[in-house]
Amino acid sequence: MRALLALRLRRAWTRLLPSSLVPRSSVQSAARAFGAEWTKLRTVPGTGWLLLGVAALTAGLGVLADAATRCPAGVCHLDPAKTSLIGVDLSQAVVAILAVLVISDEYGTGLIRVTLTAMPRRTTVLAAKAVTVTGLTLLAGAVGVAGSVLAGRLILPGHGFAFGHGYPPLSLADGPVLRAAAGSVLYLALIALLSLGVGTAVRDAAAAMGIVLGLLYLVPIIASTVTDPGWHRHLEQLAPMTAGLTIQDTIGLRGLAISPWAGLGVLAAWAAGALLLGGLLLRLRDA
Amino acid sequence: MTVTRTIPRSPTPAGPAGFAPVLRAEWAKFRTVRGWVIGMIIAALVTVGIALLDHSECGGQPTPGGPVIVGYGCSAPIGPGGEAVTDSFYFAHRPLAGDGSVTARMTALTRPGGMGPAHLQPWSKAGIIIKASTRPGSAYAAVLVTPGHGVRMQDDYTGDIAGRPGAVSPAAPRWLRLTRSGDTITGYDSADGRHWTTVGTVRLAGLPATAQAGLFATTPGTSTSTSQSITGSSASGALTLATGHFDHVTLSGNSPSQRWAGTQIGSGPGSKAPGAGFHQAGGTFTVTGTGDIAPDVGGQVGTPIEGTLTGVFATLIAVIVVAALFITAEYRRGLIRVTFAASPARGRVLAAKAVVIGAVTFAAGLAGGAAAVGLGTALLRSNGNFILPASALTEVRVVAGTAALLAVTAILALALGGILRHGAATVTTLIVAIVLPYVLAVALPVLPVGAADWLLRVTPVAGFSIQQTVQRYPQVAASYTPRNGYYPLPPLAGFAVLCAWAALALAIAAVLLRRRDA
Repeated sequence: MRALLALRLRRAWTRLLPSSLVPRSSVQSAARAFGAEWTKLRTVPGTGWLLLGVAALTAGLGVLADAATRCPAGVCHLDPAKTSLIGVDLSQAVVAILAVLVISDEYGTGLIRVTLTAMPRRTTVLAAKAVTVTGLTLLAGAVGVAGSVLAGRLILPGHGFAFGHGYPPLSLADGPVLRAAAGSVLYLALIALLSLGVGTAVRDAAAAMGIVLGLLYLVPIIASTVTDPGWHRHLEQLAPMTAGLTIQDTIGLRGLAISPWAGLGVLAAWAAGALLLGGLLLRLRDA
Repeated sequence: MTVTRTIPRSPTPAGPAGFAPVLRAEWAKFRTVRGWVIGMIIAALVTVGIALLDHSECGGQPTPGGPVIVGYGCSAPIGPGGEAVTDSFYFAHRPLAGDGSVTARMTALTRPGGMGPAHLQPWSKAGIIIKASTRPGSAYAAVLVTPGHGVRMQDDYTGDIAGRPGAVSPAAPRWLRLTRSGDTITGYDSADGRHWTTVGTVRLAGLPATAQAGLFATTPGTSTSTSQSITGSSASGALTLATGHFDHVTLSGNSPSQRWAGTQIGSGPGSKAPGAGFHQAGGTFTVTGTGDIAPDVGGQVGTPIEGTLTGVFATLIAVIVVAALFITAEYRRGLIRVTFAASPARGRVLAAKAVVIGAVTFAAGLAGGAAAVGLGTALLRSNGNFILPASALTEVRVVAGTAALLAVTAILALALGGILRHGAATVTTLIVAIVLPYVLAVALPVLPVGAADWLLRVTPVAGFSIQQTVQRYPQVAASYTPRNGYYPLPPLAGFAVLCAWAALALAIAAVLLRRRDA
């Protein structure tokens, strides 16, 4: 009873003071930061469209790739799971724009100064942004990937990827396919974190997008012209996109430059590095 | 006293006099933003930097079905037209001094081991040939029989004229004849040796007085399949031989030697093929060889000069960012209202911006591209790699074309920025529209060939075909894939696709700029 009274008193007291002056536990402040970020992201008009875009492009490009793929003789070097999940190659750009805008829009409008006045713990702000954007990406990614797998299951058997040719219909009950599908969702989430880190470090949205997409798309292009096999392998092991997307491979795993989970680990390391750099710069620089 | 003063107005929108000040204003804006200037300098440098990353050395290539031959694939003979060629075949020959002719009846084209022409390539070939010398890459003219394309007259590696169609067999032999008159050579074919049809007449400039005339046979490796995987492409297949069966062989004219000599031409894998050679028994000859007499096509031997321009994709991204910001930054900061207040003709502002960003990008692209091609090819050569020869005009086209490609992309980014008014959205849209199709269609073999070709035709990345120097030859079977440097559209058509996108975006941007509030 006494404890309850104390709590009520405390609540009444906190209402009278500016929120930033109220001493709070770190859990409370994290929850408040998360709530603030969630409100911001929820009420910005672009968020819904971008999330819809992530889901639709993931599934849509997958459907197109499935429809364009033919495997008449049953001997083709295409991976049915990877073909169905090819939409991730495109939708990662939308994930990147969502994550970059979460931070750089605040710099663009000057809102960041208000945010950091309200919540002076800058690392907490970044962490709250990371949690929010990762959660939304996981959600949209899961919807898109589920659509891709379903499309592959329905379309590919009619295009030569038949059971008789050693290609069972795509099913999440199949271990490698489940790994490819769940891994693709995780891949998108890691891309969001990587983009958030770069966006925080660079602050300008257009430049951040150039850097993120350059990091993702350029290395495969450069690697494709490197004739030296050793160099080629190293590039594919180190580049965030080529290493991370090995999580989608379900056939020919021996020929991969890096094993699927290790590849996703490489991307996680990139994301962690970008977030670390972004967080450090956020703490050290004037907003 | 009232003083009437005319308020100085900005020049009226009509007339060319008004354009120069707008242009000057836009140029002043561009050069005073440090980030944009640095971005353009980085854009130029990154092309060169990536070209200088390629330290690959030519250690040899795997032969079809055989081991890696050190040095093989690190050079190629140069044909009379200046292009790299494959010149590898078995040659049964006699010298021919001055004018004269060689005639032979060909009764069969087979594969050793009793296999018929169905086991050969459609472009396996055997027939008669007059060649300047036995040096690989020397001039020649030949009338030959193929399993899939009938009789052909071919000369100097790139020339190909169709003759009598149909396959050759003992029941349906082919008579072939080549006549030299000066440096002109005429090829004939006949079904019976009495009624001759001219296949073609070619001129071999600089044919020496004494040439080599005789019989030859060669075939590209059967079942050579180039498989693409994440780890790159690899050639596999068995080394095969083709045998031409001849009789009624006559050499008329002045020949210093009465003896037929057998020579393996070329130093490719065929020189080590057991079974190559020729046999003469009475009036019949069988000549067995492997290789090809053809221009080199991409992806086989050597690097085309555009192989040093991979870094242009990085340049492109930097250019897109700067060009997009050139207009979207004005919207974000509200400067665009000042700009439009100062020069109310909004279309003219857009045009001035396009001229400035296009010219700056062209200059940066030209400097970067020229340095990348110059230094990149020098580096590759110093590591023992073979650079496919290209004429000075072709080099100019590749470098200037690359600069133009970047400039048009910058204008496209500017126009899209005017439409979307959002920097990140503009940058993302363009990178996804240009770089991603290339990644999916070329860099990663994740798409089927049909879909990949379609992407390279309709998306703005089609403009990259202006860099292509490797050529397609209908008489050479090869994998003409984007990965080997072949775009589905010819250079200028591909560039036109990119220009069409830019023009469309500019038109939409001009309309929207006028209609919308700034």
